[in-house]
Amino acid sequence: MIAVELFKLVRRLRTWVSVALICGLPLLVAVFIAVTHLAPPPGQGSAFLSAVLDDGQLYPAAALALVLPVFLPVSVAVVAGDSIAGEASSGTLRYLLARPVGRTRLLVAKLISVSTFVLLAVIAVTITSYATGVLILGPSRASAVGTGSGFSGSIAPGAGGAPTAGLSAGGSITSLSGAPLTFVELIERVLGAMAFITVSMLGVAAIAIFLSTIADSAMGAALGALAVLIASEVLVTLNAASAVQPYLPTRYWLAWIDFFRQPIFWPDIQRGFAIQAVYVVVFLGAAWANFATRDITS
Amino acid sequence: MITTHEVTKRFGHVAAVRAVSLDVREGDRYGLLGPNGSGKSTLVRMLLGLVYATSGSISVLGEPIPRHAGRVLPSIGALIEEPAAYPHLSGRANLRLLDAAGPASPRRTRRRRVDEALEQVGLAGIDRRPVRAYSLGMRQRLGLAAALVRRPRLLILDEPTNGLDPRGIRDIRDLLISLNESGTTIFLSSHLLTEVAALCTRVGVLDSGRLVLQDDLPSLQRPTGRVLISTLDPERAVATLDGQVEQRSGENLVVRAADPAALNARLVGAGVRVRSLVQQRRTLEDVVLEVTGAGSDQFGVADSPTADSPAPPHQDPQSPPRPDPPSPPRPDPPSRPRPDPPPSQPDPPPPHPDIS
Repeated sequence: MIAVELFKLVRRLRTWVSVALICGLPLLVAVFIAVTHLAPPPGQGSAFLSAVLDDGQLYPAAALALVLPVFLPVSVAVVAGDSIAGEASSGTLRYLLARPVGRTRLLVAKLISVSTFVLLAVIAVTITSYATGVLILGPSRASAVGTGSGFSGSIAPGAGGAPTAGLSAGGSITSLSGAPLTFVELIERVLGAMAFITVSMLGVAAIAIFLSTIADSAMGAALGALAVLIASEVLVTLNAASAVQPYLPTRYWLAWIDFFRQPIFWPDIQRGFAIQAVYVVVFLGAAWANFATRDITS
Repeated sequence: MITTHEVTKRFGHVAAVRAVSLDVREGDRYGLLGPNGSGKSTLVRMLLGLVYATSGSISVLGEPIPRHAGRVLPSIGALIEEPAAYPHLSGRANLRLLDAAGPASPRRTRRRRVDEALEQVGLAGIDRRPVRAYSLGMRQRLGLAAALVRRPRLLILDEPTNGLDPRGIRDIRDLLISLNESGTTIFLSSHLLTEVAALCTRVGVLDSGRLVLQDDLPSLQRPTGRVLISTLDPERAVATLDGQVEQRSGENLVVRAADPAALNARLVGAGVRVRSLVQQRRTLEDVVLEVTGAGSDQFGVADSPTADSPAPPHQDPQSPPRPDPPSPPRPDPPSRPRPDPPPSQPDPPPPHPDIS
């Protein structure tokens, strides 16, 4: 059943279109930056973007930061929201269950398929954006910042430990040029960020899968999950809601940026992993409880 | 093969199925009749473990459902309302995918089983076009093929001839009969009386969620004790059969007679030229209308071949016959040098003498 679900994922045009779109946005941004040499100033715009002109190898981090707020959650919500409700509305759910495929088994297969999609998207973004960064923005120029082009030098004055990595979420700024990462460290930290973002997206997927077992419409389930995320984003910025903020799904979404501090700043990363794990367990449990006992009338 | 005991299903306050006790025996071709909304589909879904009964017990192939549904479902082929398939894949890919999704389907025989199932339903030469491009009839055939891939012992089919043209309906009927003759028990639900009458050996009728009738088809279609006669000499026939004629409409008579052979001999002996003589049987439609009552108009009377049968057979024999329609008496056609047709066979209308 798992192989069948993966086959369905791979054979679906939508999978590849979403991955292509997710990879396309960072490419577009990179082209603009490379052509104009106008990176956002430190502390503004998406995380890491101000630094990428100095070091194209940082572009995967910048690309993840670009797709994280909208592109990734939307595509994950669409794929996960479609998991059960899509089969229900096309009528194939009843044939699968009468085949028979156990309901728990089907749900697990769907979860693995959705997780595969998330991993696929995150890995694809990382690899394409690394290629983009190196090929379009050029390899590390950290040591040659002062002698770079005029734009680059004036916008990212990297010499002497001045901040170059603009971190929109965190207050403190780690100077990557001040304490340069080795290539191995960079890879470790990118992998850490990918793992964190994948787990965050699994939280989204769990909510969408749960809604997918309730709704008969895949669109409804996807939009419902997005509504949860948007509500969470609103509350995260609202001081009055500070009491519930630690428990909101998007509260620690940007904590992976801490992987790029020197040394790694763990507390928010750990809290982020923990809160996503709770969301995954609670919503998948609810999805299972609902789906295993539901009358299939679609 | 299928036994249910007092199965009831409520959706909120609505009881979709009420205390139904089905009994489908091995080798049956069982037809579950009922108007749309009578609970057929809910009952079928309960048999397959998709919908859980509110009360009562279900046993299919000797195993309780839904508890051991996983054990028996591999030996069951099902068509549940409309067929469904992934629209972007070909029919063949869909069958292979569904086969691979569940247990009891050896991979090495998959290709052959899928090809055989497609051939059985008349889709052997299907190309690689996606199901999206299939016609309604092709989808229906594909759905049936999906039910046949694992050579099931029991077929549970909900409206199997939906969307098929007359030839398709005939093909599927022949297929189901031949499968049944090779040992497959067939349980199908339909709202088409003619389909069930043409195919099934045993009939159950659902009305508003209740099983109001369950019996073998031959015993339902027993003779009514009347004979339908079409004759060129209606006046003489009426005179010969004085008192036995219940109804007359032009050249057609309804005669009360227990033995059609004796009646025929009597008519021929009296020189009455009989064009056809048929023993009247209760039709499935009559039976169903009798037991379902008020909601029966939903059955679609136009679907029945006996819609214009001259008399309702469940009419009390003592009650007066219906009056003749007020038609002017037609003169007998001029006699021709032509032998009387064999009595029990319908005959095409005689050619007009002026033509030819």
